[in-house]
Amino acid sequence: MLRFLARRSLGAIVILLLISAITFFLFFALPAEPARLACGKNCDPASLAIINKNLGLDQPVPVQYWDFMVGIFAGRDFPIGRCDAPCFGYSFVNQEPVWGTIVDRFPTTLSLAIGGAAVFLVVGVGIGMIAAWRRGTWIDKFFSSLSLLGQSMQIYFVGVLCLAWFVSGLSIMEQPAYHPITENPAKWFSGMVLPWLVLSLIFMANYSRMTRSQMVEQLQEDHVRTARAKGLSSRTVFFRYAWRGAIAPIVTIFGMDLGSLLGGAMITEYTFTLHGIGRLAVDSVRLTDLPMLMGVMLVSSGAIVVFNIVVDAVYAVIDPRVRLA
Amino acid sequence: MTSPSQAAAAGAEPIAKGGLPGLPQLPSGDPAVPQQLVGLSPRQLMWRRFTRDRAGVISACVVLFFFAVAVLAPVISWWYGKDAYTTYGLDRPELLDPITGYPMKPNGGIDGEFWFGIEPKLGRDVLMQLVYGIRTSLLIGIAATVLSTITGIVIGVVAGYMGGRTDYFLGRLIDLLLSFPQQLFFVAFMPVVTALFVSPEKETPTYLRVTALILVLWLLGWMQLARLLRGQVLSLREREFIEAARVTGASPWRIIRKELLPNLGTPIMVQSTLMLPMFVTAEAGLSFLGVGVVEPTPDWGRMFAKGAEVYEGDITYMFFPGVAMVVFVVAFNLLGDSIRDAMDPKTTR
Repeated sequence: MLRFLARRSLGAIVILLLISAITFFLFFALPAEPARLACGKNCDPASLAIINKNLGLDQPVPVQYWDFMVGIFAGRDFPIGRCDAPCFGYSFVNQEPVWGTIVDRFPTTLSLAIGGAAVFLVVGVGIGMIAAWRRGTWIDKFFSSLSLLGQSMQIYFVGVLCLAWFVSGLSIMEQPAYHPITENPAKWFSGMVLPWLVLSLIFMANYSRMTRSQMVEQLQEDHVRTARAKGLSSRTVFFRYAWRGAIAPIVTIFGMDLGSLLGGAMITEYTFTLHGIGRLAVDSVRLTDLPMLMGVMLVSSGAIVVFNIVVDAVYAVIDPRVRLA
Repeated sequence: MTSPSQAAAAGAEPIAKGGLPGLPQLPSGDPAVPQQLVGLSPRQLMWRRFTRDRAGVISACVVLFFFAVAVLAPVISWWYGKDAYTTYGLDRPELLDPITGYPMKPNGGIDGEFWFGIEPKLGRDVLMQLVYGIRTSLLIGIAATVLSTITGIVIGVVAGYMGGRTDYFLGRLIDLLLSFPQQLFFVAFMPVVTALFVSPEKETPTYLRVTALILVLWLLGWMQLARLLRGQVLSLREREFIEAARVTGASPWRIIRKELLPNLGTPIMVQSTLMLPMFVTAEAGLSFLGVGVVEPTPDWGRMFAKGAEVYEGDITYMFFPGVAMVVFVVAFNLLGDSIRDAMDPKTTR
């Protein structure tokens, strides 16, 4: 198990390094003048000079990349001051350290991702199991159609509809906003409920479809039939035999979804004007704030890669056959 | 229901067995067999199964309808008598409320003249915006789908057929690209790709924005198909009919073209049917976030951005593009399922 994890982590580090290199070279090497791109449409020589100095753009690109990577682990000295590790450089727009901004924004994204993921996992898997249990009945058909519909919905449509109906129209829900859970848990909850529900409406479909098909497949397996023939109660067969076999692929998908949500649910955050990582990425694209974007890219890829490892580890616990692979 | 990739993986089997491409087909209507047992080619069988599937036929019609709307947009515009750019509301002040900018009539200003209402503030015609928006989004979606499908086929078949080191490197490339945060990548590389063509001080012309969108979607869109096809080719490569072709001295190119590709029809069809709505919604998402297609080009996603701005005063504006998109995606998903069922009758739901 340890060797397995060590090997996977090594692979993850290589992937992260490659992603960082590709992103860096695309951002900083591709446009003829990165500083000018950063400076925007109304650029005067003074601000251009500041940007050039802050970025060390007089250096060759590989040297810049090396400095950037060293900065992440060891901190870095800029003309405008010391930037402590982990240093992702300074924003073009407000001259703040990138890492500080990301840390500020992260709790919003974390609340959105964890809460939303909990809802869609429980509800999605639950619906899928009910559908598999009552396979072929109207309940099954109803949930199947519902998943198809949910899968075809877009957050930028459903989210705005819900805002219009539940917040502006009936005012039974609060305007979504992030309040720190440490200050006021009730307010945190009520500010996040709508984004969670909309997020899970979209994601749920995938889980219920998948749970249903996995359960249906598992219920036809030999070991399930044997368990039934032995006279075990249908509840034991359903939960302890079939469910255990069905859960592995769901864990995989869940890990990937959670990883990408933690890297910023851009459209959800944008629809509900939540200021998380995803919103930060969109804003930096609009302002061509390359260091900020670079930081967000790395943090998000990091989240995805880390969650892939977590998934593999969980997988190995659930399914012992994987451990040797 | 199995996931598309699993089902598609199972999907190539019956065609491979039934078709044996490259070998001469038995003449249909063999005199020894009674008349009612006329042989059907796998393609005819597939078509017969497909036309018997009511959901499939209906969703195919819906999909065709959307394509027809996109292609015939100028005709619709001519017949309806309006276009997507004219600001009717500003030209005729009685249509919009002078203070709020929302349509004067209820329900977003729907009436006999403006069937789907008029846009708040600028007062453009919603129906025409939607029709031309579908045209833009579908164009981008189709271009990205075609490019990604071709790339997926080439890379998947090459990796699977060549094997060895080529396979290893292509496999790692696919792994690497799959671990990029996809949506973020789309958003982040739009300005970079645009900067390839235009210097940042200048305004980006629309066709370049569209090209950049297609490129960005394509770059990260082909890996799923490539990975799926690689697996398929890997197993097909060991089958007897490929071996037979190799023994008779067929060139690799001929084997790929005449023996392998016909057997990959099902996964390619199913995957590209699922790819198109994925690209269309991704493109709409980008435009919604304001990094895709921008004013004044009509675009499906841009309508959502506008709708999100004005939802408190005029939710009707959001309604038509939203419902149209749900119908579009549902139809494509159902069509994908039906194609898979028709091509591979073994899969159960």
